[in-house]
Amino acid sequence: MNDTAEDEEDAMLKDITSMLTYFEKHRGNLIPILQSIQEKHQYLSPLALQMVARHLKVSSCDVYGVATFYNQFRFHPPGEHQIKACLGTACHVRGGDIILENFERKLDIKAGETTPDREFSIDRVACVGCCALAPVAIVDDTVYGHMAPSKVEGLILGFEIEKEREKRKKQSNESK
Amino acid sequence: MIKLIVDNNEIEVEEGMTVLQACLDNEIYIPNLCYLKEMDNPPGSCRLCLVEIDGYNQPITSCTVKVEEGMVVRSNTEHIRKLQRTAFELLLSVHHVDCKNCPANRKCELQRIAKFLHFGLKLKRLEPLDREIKVEGDHPFLEYVPNRCVLCGRCVFVCKKKNGQAMLSFAKKGFDTVISFFGEDNSARVSCEECYACAEICPVGALLVKNSKRSAHQRLAKNNNSQRPRPSGRGLKKGNNSLAASIPTLPGGALKGGGK
Repeated sequence: MNDTAEDEEDAMLKDITSMLTYFEKHRGNLIPILQSIQEKHQYLSPLALQMVARHLKVSSCDVYGVATFYNQFRFHPPGEHQIKACLGTACHVRGGDIILENFERKLDIKAGETTPDREFSIDRVACVGCCALAPVAIVDDTVYGHMAPSKVEGLILGFEIEKEREKRKKQSNESK
Repeated sequence: MIKLIVDNNEIEVEEGMTVLQACLDNEIYIPNLCYLKEMDNPPGSCRLCLVEIDGYNQPITSCTVKVEEGMVVRSNTEHIRKLQRTAFELLLSVHHVDCKNCPANRKCELQRIAKFLHFGLKLKRLEPLDREIKVEGDHPFLEYVPNRCVLCGRCVFVCKKKNGQAMLSFAKKGFDTVISFFGEDNSARVSCEECYACAEICPVGALLVKNSKRSAHQRLAKNNNSQRPRPSGRGLKKGNNSLAASIPTLPGGALKGGGK
C-alpha cells in the first residue's frame, strides 16, 4: 500500500518535471504553474512545491506562502469519497458549520485534508445552488439536504458497512 | 536638511526620511511594530504609527510618508491615541498574553507599547481569539509560537535582506496566517544556526532559538551588541524597573475557553 503511494508520487514528480519545461522561468508564472499541476494531479505535494520553487529560482517558502493563500489549491490528494460541506449564506445560517465540524470530528481531519487511509476527504464549498435544502452536504456528487449530525453519522456508517461488505465478498470469492 | 514641526517642536532631519524615522531619531516615540529602518517600502500593516499631518484629511501611517519642508505633524492628540489603542487592542486579542512564562517578558515590544499608550494587557472590550494552529514544518534551530506572533513581518524582512532569499514567509491567510519555514531540507538550514536574525528581531518572543529555551533577546543582551537601539520615547523612562510590575499579567490558561 505504501509502496504504491510512493510509486504514484514518483510518477507524479516526473510528470511535473516535464510540465515545468513548458513554462518560462519567470515569477509571474508561479500561479499558472501551480494551477496546471493541480489540474492534472488534483493536489500539490510538498515535493512538487519545492520543484516549482527550484524551477522559478524563488525560495520554497515563498511558493508555499502563495499556494496556501489561495483557496483553490489543495495539499492533500482527494479521498475515495469526497465530502463537500456547504458554508454558503443559507447553509451558514442553518448551521452548516456544525455539519462541517461533525464530519471533521467523525473522520478526525480538518477541511481540506484527507484521512490517512485515503478513504475520505473533506472540503468546504460556498453555495451549491440548492439553498432551500440548507444545510447541504455533497458526498461523491450526491446532494444531501437538510443535514443533521445524525445524518453525518449515518452517511459515514453507510460507507463503512459498504466497505465491510465488499471485503467479505472478496474473501468469500477468494475462498471459493 | 528639512525642517518640520512635530507636536509643536521643530525638528531638523535629512531629506527622503520617513516621518516615523524622523520622529524616532528625535526622541519622539511613535508606537510601531512592522517598521524597520532598513525598509524601502514599509508595509504599514500594524496601524500603530498613525499621525495627523496638516494637508491630509485623515490620519496616516507615519512610516509611509516622507518628510517635507514645513510639514506639521501631530502624534499625541486624543484622536490619534484612540486609534492607536484600538489597533493595539486588536493585536492583543490574537496574542496569548502570558507574560510570566514568556521568554520575551520585560523586553516585549507589546509591553512597551501598552505602557506607552496607558493600555492594560488584559482585554476588556474584545474577546481573546485563541487560535488552534498546527505548526507545519519543523525547523532544527528555531521554534515558532503562533499564538504569540503578531505577524509584523520583521523576521521575513530581515531573513530576505540577510540571505537574499527568505527562508521563512507568511503562509495561509486571515486568522490562520502564520510564519512558515516550509521548504528547504535541513541541510540548507545550517546557515540558520549562524544567523538567528529572525529570532533577534522578533518583538514578541514568537520566534525562539530552539533547545536553549532562552530567547534571542537574552542572547542579544549577553552578546551586548544590540543592532537596533530601541527608541526611548516620551513617557518611557530608561531603566524603569517597575515596567513589568505595572503590567497586569494573567495566570497561565486564563485565556483558554474564551470560545468563539
